[in-house]
Amino acid sequence: MTAQHFRRPAGGRIDRGRKVAFSFDGRRFEGYAGDTLASALLAHGEQMVARSFKYHRPRGIVGAGSEDPAGLVQIGRGANADPNTRVTEQEIYDGLEAIPQNCFPSLNFDINVLNDLMSPFYSAGFYYKTFMGPPGSWRLFEPIVRHSAGMGVCPAEPDPDRYDQVNRHCDVLVIGGGPAGLMAALSAARAGARIILCEETAEIGGRLLSYPEGAPTLNGKPASAWLDSVRGELAANPDVTLLTRTTVTGYYAMNFIVAWEKVSDHLAPGERDSHLPRQRTWRIRAKEVVLATGAIERPLVFNGNDRPGIMLASAVRTYLHRYAVVPGRSAVVFTNNDSAWAAAFDLAEAGALITGIVDIREAADPGLVERAAALDIPVHLNAVVTATSGRKRLSSVEIAGRNVDTVGEDIGRLTADVMAVSGGWTPNVALFSQSRGQLRYDNALSAFRPGRSVQKERSAGAANGTYGLGACLGEGAAAGAAAAEAAGFAAKPAAPPALAAMEPEPAGIEALWQVPSKLKKPKAFVDLQDDVKVSDLKLAVQEGYRSVEHAKRYTTTGMGTDQGKIANMNAFGILAGALDKPIPAVGTTTFRQPYKPMTIGALAGAHVGETFHPRRGTPMHHWHREHGAVFEPVGDWLRARVYKRPGEDFDAALMRECKSARTDIGVLDASTLGKIDIRGKDARTFLNRVYTNAWLKLAPGKCRYGLMLGEDGMVMDDGVTACIADDHFHMTTTTGGAARVLTWLEDYLQTEWPDLDVYLTSVTEQWAVASICGPKSAELVAALCDDLDPDPESFEFMTWRDAHIDGVPVRVFRISFTGELSYEINISASYGAWLWEKVMAAGAPHGITPYGTEAMHVLRAEKGFIIVGQDTDGTVTPFDLRMDWIVKKNTDFIGRRSLTRSDTQRPDRRQLVGLVTENPSVVLMEGAQIIGTPSEPTPPVKMLGYVTSSYFSPNLNRSIALALVESGGERMDERLYVSQKDGAPIPVTVTETDFLKTAEQADG
Amino acid sequence: MFVITCPYCGARDQTEFAYAHEAHIARPTDPESMSDADWAEFVFMRKNTKGIYAERWMHAAGCRKFFNALRNTATDEFLAVYRIGEPMPEVSAEGPATPCGEQPGSGNDAVKIMADDSGGGGR
Repeated sequence: MTAQHFRRPAGGRIDRGRKVAFSFDGRRFEGYAGDTLASALLAHGEQMVARSFKYHRPRGIVGAGSEDPAGLVQIGRGANADPNTRVTEQEIYDGLEAIPQNCFPSLNFDINVLNDLMSPFYSAGFYYKTFMGPPGSWRLFEPIVRHSAGMGVCPAEPDPDRYDQVNRHCDVLVIGGGPAGLMAALSAARAGARIILCEETAEIGGRLLSYPEGAPTLNGKPASAWLDSVRGELAANPDVTLLTRTTVTGYYAMNFIVAWEKVSDHLAPGERDSHLPRQRTWRIRAKEVVLATGAIERPLVFNGNDRPGIMLASAVRTYLHRYAVVPGRSAVVFTNNDSAWAAAFDLAEAGALITGIVDIREAADPGLVERAAALDIPVHLNAVVTATSGRKRLSSVEIAGRNVDTVGEDIGRLTADVMAVSGGWTPNVALFSQSRGQLRYDNALSAFRPGRSVQKERSAGAANGTYGLGACLGEGAAAGAAAAEAAGFAAKPAAPPALAAMEPEPAGIEALWQVPSKLKKPKAFVDLQDDVKVSDLKLAVQEGYRSVEHAKRYTTTGMGTDQGKIANMNAFGILAGALDKPIPAVGTTTFRQPYKPMTIGALAGAHVGETFHPRRGTPMHHWHREHGAVFEPVGDWLRARVYKRPGEDFDAALMRECKSARTDIGVLDASTLGKIDIRGKDARTFLNRVYTNAWLKLAPGKCRYGLMLGEDGMVMDDGVTACIADDHFHMTTTTGGAARVLTWLEDYLQTEWPDLDVYLTSVTEQWAVASICGPKSAELVAALCDDLDPDPESFEFMTWRDAHIDGVPVRVFRISFTGELSYEINISASYGAWLWEKVMAAGAPHGITPYGTEAMHVLRAEKGFIIVGQDTDGTVTPFDLRMDWIVKKNTDFIGRRSLTRSDTQRPDRRQLVGLVTENPSVVLMEGAQIIGTPSEPTPPVKMLGYVTSSYFSPNLNRSIALALVESGGERMDERLYVSQKDGAPIPVTVTETDFLKTAEQADG
Repeated sequence: MFVITCPYCGARDQTEFAYAHEAHIARPTDPESMSDADWAEFVFMRKNTKGIYAERWMHAAGCRKFFNALRNTATDEFLAVYRIGEPMPEVSAEGPATPCGEQPGSGNDAVKIMADDSGGGGR
């Protein structure tokens, strides 16, 4: 383990009393609590942390936060591995293991660096041009490309961590805990508003943490003391929620905001509170929002600008003061503006040798020039960096004079192991733009800034293009007060702290989107993560990509995990130059949510595993589970599909269940069927309008099957409805359609026929249903019920009776979905499990067999009964089902007019028929296409229809199928063919759909 | 995610509501007398306006009432909600910002950036 040679002897927001050991690239390092991985590595002089996406060029630490483009590593191994983590954001803890990505076999020796030698061939659009060429070639190249170009590897194991989601309302949401955000929070909180303050990093303070201690002072105290008092005031206010390590990742409609809190990631696994989740997603609805998201420094784009050691000037200051690390021993500052000069002065005061300040401008602020002279720093005005050297770390810099857009005379070579670069500041308008606010290009800032707000938000401080510290504090206070006022509170701006010992804050800048170069093709990178060079952007324009959105996609500028936070503004400037248009006319790409990559775990929250989609069970669910049920989801329900006996496979169980329902007794849990209680004096009229058949004369005690259509005439749902009394009906719907049908009926009642006196109540959950089926079912019902004669002669088919079982009231319906003698016993749901046990006990002597939904499907298909959604698909009318008998002639019903449209009257419409195969053991595949010829003709092949249901029927001892076939009704006994993937088409004969009846007739 | 004001219950999260398509399309009282084309107009054709659109919502996880709303579909701003049977209120939305009708807030490229009033940008 090496010593922390680059650590300053004192200062910083680190806890020198707590040493932290971690490893990176297999080597062991030591840092302090409060360090990020980046600051701890820099303390050891480690600059190179990654390899780039495409060319595998060495990548160093460029920024000091979420703006860093390419410093991505994997944290941990196995199921806990967290790929693509930014070294500049990950806080270190004891035992942390950081593993480099996108390099093989190691970070220092990466064989894919060959890509770099090939880079002249890998220009913009390389993949499109090469691999979209001859057919099939992409398939050949893809695995190689995927292997060599890429990010971290996603763990294959299930995520062992817990995540949480929180919903919260607030009066004022302040985003950003820098000077402006803190003043906004103080102002709003003092007005009594309920506020949430989100800070992305580990502590509040923002830029105040990146200034030298004591310069400036706030209210006569160092910044840290002022921050302590602010923290204390906010913490003491119960209406303030202060969230650190929390990034607002999305700004959506109507001030709906998503924030992502890293609760435990900064702690060693052993120190994590097992009661707390690893991360939280906050879903916040804010009355008013203050955007105090600061500004992001952008680099200059020059030849050789991607070497490790070349950092943003602001990041250099953050490492110096927040983390007490000197990023290098000798430094060059390269800038187009005044703000970066402070980095040179701070570095010099920390003991680094400044070999030069290189400023592209002819003149800088005179105060700065004087101060540089006092510190003996060589200053080169109107000069540019033309080249850099150093293989894995910067070693020297070549500079030359500048002649507007060309390079002037060589000046010489400066030694440097770190270069602080600044191309100016870009207000961080990502969230503002997500809120759909309009941006405005500001020539003085050479950047976009918030123009016109659309939602209830206001930007303050650097995010608003206001860069001076004093101005930021004041603007933040005003914004916080205005937000609180808008949220209904009487508020006034908190008094900003008095600033003293301030460095001057000159902010002069000369925009220069690309530094002139002596080379024809300089290696000047715009996007350091995706390896996009100036030449790629120019090539894109040359090849006709004139829209900024197209040029972005063609070159992949800003498409990495950093979303081009430091790259985009430069790219827009370069595109504007190449297109010879002003920047506002070129525009920006779209700022999209999320602001930075979130974990899928945080997005999923607790909705994983069994709670991913909670399923409903019937009152009898436990019985099914204890008796070998294999479940299937139907709508939101879990239904027993089949009950497997020990040693039995699925098919054997299914065959047994199907048989017993026709030879002895079967019982099905039909509780999931949708049930709607319909009351009111116009209930009958209502039913007559929503069903295709007639309902006006259905007497109490009787049931009727009905089909429901949409206004387009297509079958929407079906079910049996019973008349309880003249003004009271009990409707059943399909299991999956229950909610849809209720809403559909409500729609007509509320909006089309408000004059009808009808009331609908969903009673699906109030009734449990045991459907008893089979020749011996009457005996069972007789044994069960206290007061019901189930004799099918007197208790007629399609009627219902009130009865009692051990005194408990039940409704028994003589209806059938199998064609077999059936009784459906409906009981109050709380008695459902009791009823089921009762049925099983009473049925035992008769050999009762519970059957699941799969047997139900087979049994109903044997009888030719349809299942809406399986044998219909939204393009099927009652006539297509050849159920003409169910369509009444004289009165209107929903969808009736559509049945006489020219399209629904076409003679070649597909109609439902039965299909039987020549070989009775061949079961057709559901969905298989039907053709008219014994062999497949050359495409295009005329498809006559497709198989909708297909089973092996044990009762008929042969396979059966239902199908929608063109003019099917006129094709009885015709031979058709069912296409299959491997093998000749299967010959089939068209039949009626009631296979039981067909078999009976054949038997004579 | 919107906040929608149910005229019966007040402001609630969008997750409580179900969208119910264009409003003020009355079911014809005598469908049989209509031509195929007129009937198809009723069944299939919807305006899908970009701008102020009268649409129906249902407070599905609340009072289960259908109601009408006027929403600016370009900006997702709700301009009015009213009960079924009530006349459509008069509302005005901010005028279009571009000749093709794009408004600030629509998120469209044409209005992402304010019209340039500052002269050229840097190179």
